[in-house]
Amino acid sequence: MNGVEGFMYPNEVGLQWSVLIVLYPFITGLVAGAFILASLERVFRVEAVKPTYRLALLTALSFLLVAPLPLQLHLGHPERSPEMYFTPHSTSAMAMFGYVYLWYLMAVLVLEIWLDYRRDIVMLYQSSKGLLRLVYGIMTLGSTNISERALAIDDKVGWIVTLIGIPSAFMLHGYVGFIFGSIKANPWWSSPLMPVVFIFSAMVSGIAGVMLLYMAATRLRGQKIDVHCVDTIAMYLFYIFIIDFSLEMLDLIHRIYEADESFRSLNFLVHTQLYIPHIVIQICLGTLTPIILLGITQVVKLNEIVRKRMYVVAGCLTLVGIFAMRWNVVIGGQLFSKSFLGYTTYKMTLVTREGLLVAVFLTLLPLVFLWVFVKLLPPWPEKAAEAAAAGD
Amino acid sequence: MKFNRRQMLILLPAAAVAWKSVLAGTPEDSPNYRMSDHWWGMLIDVTKCIGCGNCVRACATENDVPDGHFRTWVERYHVTDEDMTEPQVISPNGGKDGFPMAQEDDKKYFFVPKMCNQCADSPCTQVCPVGATFVAPDGVVLVDQKYCLGCAYCVQACPYGCRYIHPQKDVADKCTLCYHRITQGLTTACCETCPTGARQLVDLKNPKDPIHEFLKTHNVQVLKPQMATGAKAFYNGLDGSVR
Amino acid sequence: MSVFKDAGHLFRFAGLFVLAFLIFLVVRHYVVPKSFGQYGHYRGAAMGEIAAHPVKFSGHDACEACHSDVAEKKNAGKHAHVNCEACHGALARRLPAPAEPAPDMLQKLVALAIPRPVADPPVVRHADDPSSVVPERPDTAVLCARCHAASAAKPKGFPQVVIAEHSNGLPCETCHQPHSPAIDAGGAK
Repeated sequence: MNGVEGFMYPNEVGLQWSVLIVLYPFITGLVAGAFILASLERVFRVEAVKPTYRLALLTALSFLLVAPLPLQLHLGHPERSPEMYFTPHSTSAMAMFGYVYLWYLMAVLVLEIWLDYRRDIVMLYQSSKGLLRLVYGIMTLGSTNISERALAIDDKVGWIVTLIGIPSAFMLHGYVGFIFGSIKANPWWSSPLMPVVFIFSAMVSGIAGVMLLYMAATRLRGQKIDVHCVDTIAMYLFYIFIIDFSLEMLDLIHRIYEADESFRSLNFLVHTQLYIPHIVIQICLGTLTPIILLGITQVVKLNEIVRKRMYVVAGCLTLVGIFAMRWNVVIGGQLFSKSFLGYTTYKMTLVTREGLLVAVFLTLLPLVFLWVFVKLLPPWPEKAAEAAAAGD
Repeated sequence: MKFNRRQMLILLPAAAVAWKSVLAGTPEDSPNYRMSDHWWGMLIDVTKCIGCGNCVRACATENDVPDGHFRTWVERYHVTDEDMTEPQVISPNGGKDGFPMAQEDDKKYFFVPKMCNQCADSPCTQVCPVGATFVAPDGVVLVDQKYCLGCAYCVQACPYGCRYIHPQKDVADKCTLCYHRITQGLTTACCETCPTGARQLVDLKNPKDPIHEFLKTHNVQVLKPQMATGAKAFYNGLDGSVR
Repeated sequence: MSVFKDAGHLFRFAGLFVLAFLIFLVVRHYVVPKSFGQYGHYRGAAMGEIAAHPVKFSGHDACEACHSDVAEKKNAGKHAHVNCEACHGALARRLPAPAEPAPDMLQKLVALAIPRPVADPPVVRHADDPSSVVPERPDTAVLCARCHAASAAKPKGFPQVVIAEHSNGLPCETCHQPHSPAIDAGGAK
């Protein structure tokens, strides 16, 4: 059968989780990371990253809206997915998904964005006409109270929401790691480090993603990139990346040193099928190269243009590396037999329900959402000032 | 009753759960069947298996198992005395069409029938997000195919590779221990058709079941005991190289 | 009271949450199957449904009810522990699935989102109507070899022969009667 080497249990030959399940942790990772970046400004008062605050929140929202789609498409019976809400199984890590997702979407992200934008929403409501007025009208929930006291209350509540949001973001993504890390049958997944690695790699990818989006959007709008802001983001990216890399290496070294019953099998895999995606793309290209690039910008004094270019290259490579990491976890974990005696292969299809085209579409969809949100709720400070002026 | 430590380790998860933690059942649809009176398992005697594939074929017929997927299958091991951690294993089409002839050589050959171990602490039911798979009060691990989402998390969680996603029904599927047969007093299709008695349906709650005497007098093992799944497929004469 | 007034929009937001939660509870009440939770965190009715699957291997007791002569002979011989359906196959079978028209484009798209349940065709049983399912009269060259062809993987004590050398191409039943295979037991025809 299709590319089996050695012995697989006969039911193991076909992979259960496809590229869509690779996409899912990648997307939620971006959500969690973008939110953490936003909370840097809000909770930890890192003023330098303020220009990205609202953009980060909208990015998180766009990606979060897409996050359940790959899961839905992968299910054999998507129409039954509400059962997760109606009868969640308390012993299942996956059952938590519905509730964590809703909590994070509604109680954290939407609420925080709403509180932060309320003043803008009311002003846009008052200055717009027609359908747009209706949309903004719904968003105000029928309250146009933007008195100073009301806004002060919003600010306070928003701060609390962000504070709750940080552990929520950790939970959202940490639990994705737990889904894999808690499977004792699969030695490639089963590790208590898995949720931690997932959280740090999420922060890395989200921060890199927002940094790139900020640079691209500012460029497209013909504005000047706030270099101090990008420098600060890059610094955080660098340090968090080092933690992430250390954790991943710790996991790897631990596996090599312990060399348990699964080692021979996994070692073979890493040296053959997973060599390119794991060693070359994930570790060398997607982790070491950006860390070195970012490290150089931290140590050597470079001029602005060179720095920005290095950030862009490092950011792109980071996203590639994190995607490869998700790939290697999800797909890599299904390539070997649980008998440790054989290997199968994964062939991505093109136009099926779980094929490449759908995956590409789902990757681009959040950007469309983001575009709509940015049009509806401009995240740029000068636009906010304009709106304020128009409303007054 | 005296058990050595090894037997205790095997028996504890399954039998202890059997006697203690099963709730009093309620009489259900089938007239003469009380779930609370049974705690099903399977005895597989590796020393008797001849690799004819009758069980695999019978299971497929009895349970409408789709081609290329297996509720039960047979593996053939070929082990050298130098390295028993790297056995050569084959299971062509799950052993459904039998096995190629094996030439006598300096290595050891044997067949191992595999099936759902009907674990008492089953990792597959643990991970089901909606309660579509469960350990029934009589100890059989079942899938509710009208409730299953088809997320395949249970397939990932089974250490033995006993589950699959049904290609037409798009839900998880697995050995039901012929639930429709054992609740009527019949044995499973694989046991019914095994010509050598290598498989034996056992009811651990039935004090007259010969399994009790068998477990007392034989060296019995479960698959992957390190997974602590409370497996109730007891293997007699299992080689250490079997995964 | 102005704090209350200035936080009014927050109560509206909270109100939406409460409303959504109430709707959820009502929907949940109607959607969750009645037997869910009867025995544990699953649908209690599922066990009955699984148990309703049609039996195909009737079991040797069913065969022996009519064919006691064969059973007697078999049970006196070496194949006493080999059940009837091990060789003759299941005495019930599914009728072939009815041919369905090929789905059109729209049906295919709908099927992508909402897979249709697959209904299994009905089962006919030899015990109900002996002509509906006729037990196989297996080809002994295949049937006997399945168990008795020599292989180093089979248990050493199990009777096995190298087929090519054993019978000079004669069919097995020339010497061995399958229901009582030992030659000295009068198995030869």
